[in-house]
Amino acid sequence: MSENFDRPEIRKPENLIYSRTKVLTDNIMHYCPGCGHGTAHRILAEVIDEMGIQNDTIGVAPVGCSVLAYNYLDVDMAEAAHGRAPALATAIKRLNPNKFVFTYQGDGDLAAIGTGETIHACNRGEKIVIIFINNGIYGMTGGQMAPTTLEGMKTATCPYGRDISIMGNPLKMTELVSHLKGTYYVTRQSVQTPASVRKTKAALRKAFEYQKDGKGACFVEIVSSCNSGWKMTPVQANKWMEENMFPFYELGDIKVDGELVK
Amino acid sequence: MANIIGDVVIDIEKCKGCGVCMTGCPKGVLALSKDVNSKGYNFAMKVNADCIGCASCAMICPDGVITVYRAKE
Ligand SMILES: Cc1ncc(C[n+]2csc(CCOP(=O)(O)OP(=O)(O)O)c2C)c(N)n1
Ligand code: SF4
Ligand code: SF4
Ligand code: SF4
Repeated sequence: MSENFDRPEIRKPENLIYSRTKVLTDNIMHYCPGCGHGTAHRILAEVIDEMGIQNDTIGVAPVGCSVLAYNYLDVDMAEAAHGRAPALATAIKRLNPNKFVFTYQGDGDLAAIGTGETIHACNRGEKIVIIFINNGIYGMTGGQMAPTTLEGMKTATCPYGRDISIMGNPLKMTELVSHLKGTYYVTRQSVQTPASVRKTKAALRKAFEYQKDGKGACFVEIVSSCNSGWKMTPVQANKWMEENMFPFYELGDIKVDGELVK
Repeated sequence: MANIIGDVVIDIEKCKGCGVCMTGCPKGVLALSKDVNSKGYNFAMKVNADCIGCASCAMICPDGVITVYRAKE
């Protein structure tokens, strides 16, 4: 038996600093070890918990690895056809204007098959929160190239790296929607360090607060790792993300209070 | 000045041994166990008593399996 470093004497309710939010179910998430989806789910659940809006929140899950998000987030949820989450969320919000409505989508879902729905929901200024998990790849289907795949990045469908002359440029969906009149808050964040997790949580909180105030579409991109698709360990993937994704997908607010800040 | 002491409780059955928490710990408290849980994952465990209850590990655990306590000694 290994040495025990437990300190049972301090494990009291008054000393509790952090515990799993009740807005996450007890189900073990099916995500690969170290996947950013898990962290993103957790802080989203924490924001819903801290705002006390669990019974007033309706989420829309995408097609992609997070297709089963409703098994983990203990709020009312609907499942949209691939890429159609913003359209479904539009209907849900318009029929239930007092509910908090969000979509949770990967880059294949939001920036490829669902590009039209994303742009039009943002342009119409639907009062929803769109959470965009950008891992630069189609995780669920085995790591194919996505619109967001970086130049030179290897995937199953560009094994020699993305060649821009043939495959086109990586798409910065977040900058794109920031130029649409209907968006009120647009930001790009990440979840690989304690500080970045706190920042992203604050950004999600801000987005939900704006929705409470009836402001326009809020778009929160979270640059995230897909260690399985990238074929790295979770720790390597986070490092690779910092070194390769962040220079192209720059972190920070892009639009605040309806005004471009970048 | 009062000494800060911390403790973490890891739900080892839900831990997937990704190792991400270890990169966030300022005190080198966490490492992967040689033992595995029922899913076959080498789970996170404490290797010293230096925890300060900063919750950095819990903040970045994708599976939300870490509970953190902190007290003054
Ligand atoms: C209409 C339709 N076309 C294609 C697919 C196959 N498909 C499933 S998930 C997916 C992309 C997922 O990638 P992403 O949205 O980036 O999410 P991730 O899995 O990386 O989280 C695709 C193309 C599908 N399920 N339905
Ligand atoms: S395939 Fe990628 S995105 Fe999907 S769960 Fe695994 S690491 Fe996460
Ligand atoms: S981050 Fe969480 S799941 Fe990963 S090894 Fe640490 S405790 Fe386990
Ligand atoms: S609470 Fe802080 S010091 Fe304690 S194990 Fe976690 S990261 Fe390390």
